[in-house]
Amino acid sequence: MAVAQTDIETLATADKPQGYWSGVGRRFLKDKVAVAAGCVAGGLILMAIFAPWVAPQDPFDGTMIRRLSPIGTEGYPLGADELGRDMLSRLIHGARLSLFMGVTPVLIAFVIGSAIGIAAGYAGGWVNSVTMRVLDVFYAFPSVLLAIAISGALGAGILNGLLSLTVVFIPPIARVAESVTTAVRKLEYIEAARASGASAFTIVRAHVLGNVLGPIFVYATSLISVSMILAAGLSFLGLGVSPPNPEWGLMLNTLRNAIYVQPWLAALPGVMIFLTSISFNMLSDGLRSAMDIKQ
Amino acid sequence: MLIFTARRIAYTIPIMLGVSLVCFALVHISPGDPLVSILPPDASVELQEQLMAIYGFDRSYPEQFLRWLGRALQGDLGNSIATGRPVTAEVMNAVGNTLILAVTATIIGFTLGGLFGFVAGFFRDSWIDKLASTLAVVGVSVPHYWLGMVLVIIFSVELGWFPATGAGPGGSSQWAWDWEHMRHLVLPAVTMSVIPMGIVARTVRALVADILQQEFVTGLRAKGLLDRGVLAHVIKNAAPTALAVMGLQLGYLLGGSILIETVFSWPGTGFLLGQAIFQRDLPLLQGTILVLAMFFVILNLVVDVVQSALDPRLQRG
Repeated sequence: MAVAQTDIETLATADKPQGYWSGVGRRFLKDKVAVAAGCVAGGLILMAIFAPWVAPQDPFDGTMIRRLSPIGTEGYPLGADELGRDMLSRLIHGARLSLFMGVTPVLIAFVIGSAIGIAAGYAGGWVNSVTMRVLDVFYAFPSVLLAIAISGALGAGILNGLLSLTVVFIPPIARVAESVTTAVRKLEYIEAARASGASAFTIVRAHVLGNVLGPIFVYATSLISVSMILAAGLSFLGLGVSPPNPEWGLMLNTLRNAIYVQPWLAALPGVMIFLTSISFNMLSDGLRSAMDIKQ
Repeated sequence: MLIFTARRIAYTIPIMLGVSLVCFALVHISPGDPLVSILPPDASVELQEQLMAIYGFDRSYPEQFLRWLGRALQGDLGNSIATGRPVTAEVMNAVGNTLILAVTATIIGFTLGGLFGFVAGFFRDSWIDKLASTLAVVGVSVPHYWLGMVLVIIFSVELGWFPATGAGPGGSSQWAWDWEHMRHLVLPAVTMSVIPMGIVARTVRALVADILQQEFVTGLRAKGLLDRGVLAHVIKNAAPTALAVMGLQLGYLLGGSILIETVFSWPGTGFLLGQAIFQRDLPLLQGTILVLAMFFVILNLVVDVVQSALDPRLQRG
């Protein structure tokens, strides 16, 4: 009796359908580096959201007496910046603007770039050729140069920074979207759907999107790291975020003049940029191998 | 080969036209009057109109574009609004300095990255492979302007081994191959070399691992060839792709050097761009970006042609 019971249970578990996503989740959780990176990235995002509750002091409030206090000063564990503001609090609050400036352009570019790429890939023919040739023009600019060119022409400001980075990331995302869509479009079930009279819009919505959005999204997450570095870089140049807002790139810029007085204090904001960038990079690598995407 | 080259050049021309259109548009997406930085605040409307006519801002966009393009083709990129000097001269002067920096960085990055990638690919899954993969991730994730600052802190502020800024003694902006100038080159070049190093290591590792799995390598081994002999064949097969990656990286460094040049006050194109941005010197901004982007396009073309000459299989398709 007992034996029969276990038999049924084994049979039941064996028959239980294993979805693609549960497989992805299982493979991802096995990858220790990716999980650790995911925890760091998640921690940084939580830190940004709860900054006012986590930060010990007001990031805008400084006294000139405390100006450039070294790391380890009492009450100022990471020292104070050039205006005597608590460094730890500014680094914590800095996560808000820095992450916002780094992640938003990729998200917007993901939506626009996927739309362009999927449309071009599904349409094929001359629509495809024209779209891809136009995107090639933007490929002729190294990404740093294009971002700086556009925000340099538009002038400093958060919106201009976001806009220029979005323009930088649309072409690569569109190109990946186009190539995966073209590959999917040639599959037989799409032809079957077309033969059964489904409209282009229905085919894309029901049969194409689900198959292409995953790979495009993983590619987009790999751009977040570049985007973080570029966004902070724009503020580092004086484009992008303006003082006195706490933002890592801008903090690095203003502390650069203090490099001979408090060298390691001046380097702190860069540690945050590096930490964010590398954790997103490893997270994206982990996602890619968990989803078994070859690029 | 000739047909391939001709087709590749024909493909480049529309790209170049598109690039110049984007550069032209830069001036027109910028808010406010392009003359605002040279006009006195109380300038009369007549003076304003006169200057608009001199700079050609009163014509239609297509007309302005064609006139600008025609002059650019003759090497005239207009005059800098801030200094009044020809943009072409300013850019050409700076390009030399950027080239020195970018080429040195490419050589360092390619040598070290190639070596790492090669060893990692040859001894897959060994500790050196893991180390190389880690270094590759660090290389692409590190904000290079911050790395530059850290190197300055270690090697200039703390140790005093190398100068922190400039391209030569006494703020010299003219490059010379002497000891003092070389000392100034070390930190910016090493900082910049980290950008291609990770990517080169990753590419070479994948290439070598891929080639080692091919049948001809098994054949060579079966023939009794030692590891050293196999190595020569692997290098020969990996070289075209590796060279292509190197060429592209050089292009990226030329255009992407602005942040590193700012950190080290290196008198190159990036530094020039920084100046152009802050003085709102739009002709200078436009000219510098046009020259850098053209460099990149031409470099891409050369890389493709050279690569297909080395590996004729690429000419198909």
